Amino acid sequence: MKEKRRLIVGLIVEAIITGLLTGGVYALMASGLTLVFGVMDIINIGQGALVILGAYLSYVLEQNLHVDLFVGLLITMPVMFGLGVLIELLFIRPIRRDRTMFSILVTFGVALIIEGVLNLIFSADYVQLHAWYITASFPVAGFYLAYIYVFGFLLAVVLLGGLYLLLYRTKFGHSLRATMQNRTAAELVGIDVERVSALAFGIGVALAAAGGMAFGATTAFNANSAYDLISRLLAIIIFGGMGSLQGALIASLGMLVIEDVTSVVWSPVWASTVFFILLIIILLVRPQGLLGQVGGRKQ
Amino acid sequence: MRIFKTVGLLVLLVLAIGFPLLFPNPAVTTIAVFTLLFAAATTGWNIFSGYTGYIALGHAAYFGVGAYTLAILCQDWHIAGGYIPFLLVPLAGLAAAAAGAVLGWIALRVRRHTFVVITIAMFFILQLLAYNLIGLTNGSIGLSLPIPDWSTDFLSTQLEQLLVGLQGIAPRDWTGIFFNIPFYYVALVVLLLAIAISWWVRHSKYGLGLLAIRDDEDRALGLGVKAGPSKLAAFVISALIVGMVGAVWAYFIESIFPFSAFDATFDVAIALMAFMGGLGTIAGPVLGALLLEPTQQYFTLQYGQSGYYLVIYGALFLVVILLLPQGVIPTLRARWAIFQASLSQQQETENIKATMPKQDRPAYAKEEENINS
Repeated sequence: MKEKRRLIVGLIVEAIITGLLTGGVYALMASGLTLVFGVMDIINIGQGALVILGAYLSYVLEQNLHVDLFVGLLITMPVMFGLGVLIELLFIRPIRRDRTMFSILVTFGVALIIEGVLNLIFSADYVQLHAWYITASFPVAGFYLAYIYVFGFLLAVVLLGGLYLLLYRTKFGHSLRATMQNRTAAELVGIDVERVSALAFGIGVALAAAGGMAFGATTAFNANSAYDLISRLLAIIIFGGMGSLQGALIASLGMLVIEDVTSVVWSPVWASTVFFILLIIILLVRPQGLLGQVGGRKQ
Repeated sequence: MRIFKTVGLLVLLVLAIGFPLLFPNPAVTTIAVFTLLFAAATTGWNIFSGYTGYIALGHAAYFGVGAYTLAILCQDWHIAGGYIPFLLVPLAGLAAAAAGAVLGWIALRVRRHTFVVITIAMFFILQLLAYNLIGLTNGSIGLSLPIPDWSTDFLSTQLEQLLVGLQGIAPRDWTGIFFNIPFYYVALVVLLLAIAISWWVRHSKYGLGLLAIRDDEDRALGLGVKAGPSKLAAFVISALIVGMVGAVWAYFIESIFPFSAFDATFDVAIALMAFMGGLGTIAGPVLGALLLEPTQQYFTLQYGQSGYYLVIYGALFLVVILLLPQGVIPTLRARWAIFQASLSQQQETENIKATMPKQDRPAYAKEEENINS
């Protein structure tokens, strides 16, 4: 009996640790989403598809050119940044009325195109990224942990730290945060809001590329994984409060820990259901999410 | 003018009723059944999202509830194929409406983008439930519905004689020629019901309240519109219709799976159809479905369920939203107004142009004033 209890406690500890580590990766993807929402008041439903696209780019580099996954990010992130700026210029900027609503539809269209192209090129077979640190593992607290979890988490820490510095220590960051606080006022004090928007969208997509690599290293994926991913990311940013980076971070870690612990103490099939139900309960009590601001009357 | 409109609608109705007799090829009638079902679902979705302006992107949830309800009822009550499952379709619709009442009550506590995202999240919860409640839904193995067999019954033999008389061919040349026809008429009935409800809502005081919510919810509240109950009622009505469509679809398809009954592309498809035809109009969603669903079916037949269809669909979606944000019907209506005016007098044209909606105001927003006057 005592043995069994110790076993369960061990499993829960393991679940919490892996939950926190993968939560960092989700924070990476979700911060891109919430940043774009904060700056532009739009929801990028295509973020899930862009994450998968980033994962496939890393896959192509690794398979064809034998580029290490983390080194490959030096290529995929700038490419995805450019793609993000392009999407903003081509599809988001022309929207003239009711940006929030129409952006959801437009980015859904972008997501469908990306999904279709990926399906055409790579077929629907599941693929997984390969590297020594994905298969190798080391013992910690009584179980074995693959290096990739730690590396992915470190990547998230580095990139989110970089994002923090960019936002709080540079002039561009000041413009960006000003735009987040009040778009019209920022425009009035001479900030090129359109440029800030395009760059913010690019940053969001570049973060999706990095998140996609770390996601693809731990999970087998195909083009349809985007649906599962976007539902989780949306849940995370609503949970944390739309437009709040800290909220997205807390919610990502919280969600993954809840999921992993649920799958240990109850059953893996109910893991994400529990999270979604928790999300709805929280929204009933606090419609603006954990750290979200209460919106004023919008016209 | 009114008489023209009535006669035109009657001609359309007769054409819709006669269609499977004129084109009995099963490949054609299959596409026709899907088109009618999507037209009905889009009309149902439009009653909520088009009139209130709350874009719900999770109505596949109610489609799936309707489909699974019919499948489970047929299984538990040991119903053999035939016309009886059609009688259960309203029951499936009621189940979807009940789900819509609960989920809508929760979702409608928030507005705008949060509402959109919550509807998506709820859709995924229901899809996960369909995967995981194995005792009820049989998990990813899916459920089978009874196989309808009406090739030998009275109605079909009558139909056969009618077809032979009309077309001068032996319809037995096409296998499964009668299979689609009952589905066609049931789908048509569901569509007509949806249009009738949509028409009634649009021309009632209740519908006017919904439109007021779309234009400015806080002001509508101030003017005494019971916004909460109104929105919820519209949500439940749309879930009812979409659920009935799901049930007919399930019986037509014969076996359902969590990923096909709870299909994320369905969420987008009906929104796209409504946007294309004209959000918030009565004819718009039907027109959108008539244009898009046959196209989609054609591409699926042509290229299979591969990426081509997604790429084309996504591109079409972008073009419609960015170039025709008001939809076909409102755009045509505005053009028609200009055309008529230019016929009568130059001066009139100026007047109508002056009252034409501005770029940032949808054309249909002007229509309410016409209804009132």
